Amino acid sequence: MSRVGVFVCHCGENIGRTVDCAAVAEALKDHPGVAHAEDYKYMCSDPGQQLVKKAIEEHDLTGVVVAACSPHMHEKTFRRAVDQAGLNKYMCEMANIREHCSWIHEDRGEATDKAIDIARTIVEKVKHNRPLESIKIPVTKRALVIGGGIAGIQAALDIADGGHEVVLIEKEASIGGHMSQLSETFPTLDCSQCILTPRMVEAYQHPNIKLHTWSEVEKVDGYIGNFEVTIRKKARTVDIDICNGCGDCLAVCPSKRIPSEFEAGLGKRTAIYVPFPQAVPNIPVLDRENCTLFKGRRKGLAKDACGKCKEACLKGAIDYDTEDEFVTEEVGAIVVATGYKLYDIGREQPEGLKGYGEYGYGEVPDVIDGLQFERLASASGPTAGAILRPSDGKEPKTVVFVHCVGSRDADKGMEYCSKICCMYNAKHAMLYKHKVHDGRAVAFYMDIRAAGKGYDEFSRRAIEEDGAEYIRGRVSRIFRDGDTVKVWGFDTLSGEQVVIDADMVVLATAIRPQDGVRELAQKLSVSTDEHGFINEAHPKLRPVETNTAGVFVAGACQAPRDIPDAVAMASAAGAKVLGLFSTDELEREPAVAVVNEKTCIGCMRCELVCPYGAIEQREICTVDGQVCGHTAFVNPGVCQGCGTCEAVCLSNSVELQTFTDEQVYSEINALSLWE
Amino acid sequence: MTETHDDFEPRITAFVCNWCTYTGADLAGTSRLHMASNVRIIRLPCTGRMDPLFFLKAFERGADGIIVSGCHPADCHYTSGNYHARRRFAVFHDLMEFIGVDPRRMTFSWVSASEGAKWRDVVDEAVANVRALGPFDAYRALTPESGETAAARETTPAGVDGDAP
Repeated sequence: MSRVGVFVCHCGENIGRTVDCAAVAEALKDHPGVAHAEDYKYMCSDPGQQLVKKAIEEHDLTGVVVAACSPHMHEKTFRRAVDQAGLNKYMCEMANIREHCSWIHEDRGEATDKAIDIARTIVEKVKHNRPLESIKIPVTKRALVIGGGIAGIQAALDIADGGHEVVLIEKEASIGGHMSQLSETFPTLDCSQCILTPRMVEAYQHPNIKLHTWSEVEKVDGYIGNFEVTIRKKARTVDIDICNGCGDCLAVCPSKRIPSEFEAGLGKRTAIYVPFPQAVPNIPVLDRENCTLFKGRRKGLAKDACGKCKEACLKGAIDYDTEDEFVTEEVGAIVVATGYKLYDIGREQPEGLKGYGEYGYGEVPDVIDGLQFERLASASGPTAGAILRPSDGKEPKTVVFVHCVGSRDADKGMEYCSKICCMYNAKHAMLYKHKVHDGRAVAFYMDIRAAGKGYDEFSRRAIEEDGAEYIRGRVSRIFRDGDTVKVWGFDTLSGEQVVIDADMVVLATAIRPQDGVRELAQKLSVSTDEHGFINEAHPKLRPVETNTAGVFVAGACQAPRDIPDAVAMASAAGAKVLGLFSTDELEREPAVAVVNEKTCIGCMRCELVCPYGAIEQREICTVDGQVCGHTAFVNPGVCQGCGTCEAVCLSNSVELQTFTDEQVYSEINALSLWE
Repeated sequence: MTETHDDFEPRITAFVCNWCTYTGADLAGTSRLHMASNVRIIRLPCTGRMDPLFFLKAFERGADGIIVSGCHPADCHYTSGNYHARRRFAVFHDLMEFIGVDPRRMTFSWVSASEGAKWRDVVDEAVANVRALGPFDAYRALTPESGETAAARETTPAGVDGDAP
């Protein structure tokens, strides 16, 4: 006979406001199989947990139902408490009367009735729970870090310094990410490359870090502690082990007018190229899309149309026939740090975004985005640090900076704040004024959001010391008018229209997740929000974990982040990985399928539907060793517990522990108690 | 014949997966999105675990409608459980329609972990549909247990032990 204890939590006012918790406890007292029911203000607090433990002892409980929040919130907490009281922890379940009841209903009567129903269904389930033992799984103490920007580099270094091997992969030819493109960084105005490049070299030379550049994640199998990741190493054409980075191949390449990604389109590069002089590794890649030889091959020319780089390479490092390679890495944890991209100001927009017709779809050459301004201001940029406008190379005397282009604008598809633009606009205005003393910097803003150490002081300095003019209001139209760029705006403080004849306009476009992040998220089984940013497991308490155990997140792939935030997240993710690696074995929930060999008819339909290949056929032998039949067998190490096999079993012989037919039917039956 | 069932409070049993829809419903709660209180959720690890016999049992036990919801195509936590669910539901749905059950009693949807608002809409729409259709007594009249159902509501759930479908 079951002796279930029901513990109804008020969650302060969160549940108590709409659900009569005492009435729930009272109703459950009379439910068959319930030996004890009580309510308490904060069940998850220490006294609350003590209550549960005490009741287990006093009433000799065989099961516990905590009617409180979602199991995703506190199931672990209460299972731990139950375990401490000596009851098998899998005999404890949560009845979700907060997220699924008190928070979504207003009528106290209705909410209370529903809460009673929810608690009853879970009581019926728990009556059919069986004590289970956790499964121990080994941990591979190697980590994979996806993305070689500042977040990925930091996470990789922290884990590697902790004594564990790290596989760092980057889809571009060099690590460094967006930070390597920046001129100077707020709020200190120190040079971005000067603080970043030593880190890049350190990561490259670290004995515990294995770097794959020009590579992407192809496939991810396995689970926490035991992932198997297939990496596509895109054909680089240049042998990374032979090349010494002399650059002779770059000098002879005839395709010299390809817009450079690193220069944000403001500079040109060759088809065989190193993204930037400080690249790590400093080994070129051949861009096959734009290479004369490969263009010829695609057209089906009998003879190769070029081949100059191969001729020029004295080391013989270039091989045009290399193909994408696949390598498999076994790791125990994964850190996702794929970063961001900017809202494209051009006409071509991904699905769901409108672009900026009112700002000329970026077709006015002197209307640029924030990253392009970084390259103009950078000493290593296309203008060697001189602020010269793209159309005619003249020094602009009036520059307009527009905040919130895309951000905080639901109409453009993004209602969120991109967080870094207020700061980098202030920085841009300062850098501009430092270089063009007689220039005029005008910024149109919605609000100044400069929350951060030294941030507000910095943005005030742009106005008070460097004389940037800040106008509170939006820009309605930007268009070319002869030699100038006309900016029509509105000053909401004076209530007047503003028209500025600018020489150049810088748009602070919204931060968006990097291309391909949704596909990557699918491979990793992590979820993304509606914009494609990766969801953290809990916005406050588990900010660098994802809903897939063993997969962590760092930097701007989770939300817009500035450098200090990205680095802090990366170190946090690194600490989480090191914590995971501090143990030799992990405990896993015993939510795996088990076959009843006595009734299994060996039809193997379960094997067909299992997405993990966890089911195999096992022979049954007679006493004298003759094979007399076969049954299915589930490998508990591979089974992930989806239960698809159970639903297709013809003879009811396979069941998923924790979600057995008995348990589910009991829940359904319990609902016939609806009043 | 048009009957109105404005006073009727339908009972709907929802079978949802743990990773997407259950979490999406959690998000609806966290976002304080108010919705009809007629739905009772049964959590499954994956919609692939779902057996059409669950729905029949729910109808038999007094549900006036059902909802099935899992991860969007290609988003399944277990790779492909939602596709199995979709096929099973399609066949079940046609069968029920064939025997004369109004398909509006059966809602199938994809609700991801970030779609709290969509979950609210699914719930409200299902409740409105089933309310318009009225109680599902016709189905219960078919089953021998129907006589017991009313009695079972008052006392213990009958035959919960290993109640084979």
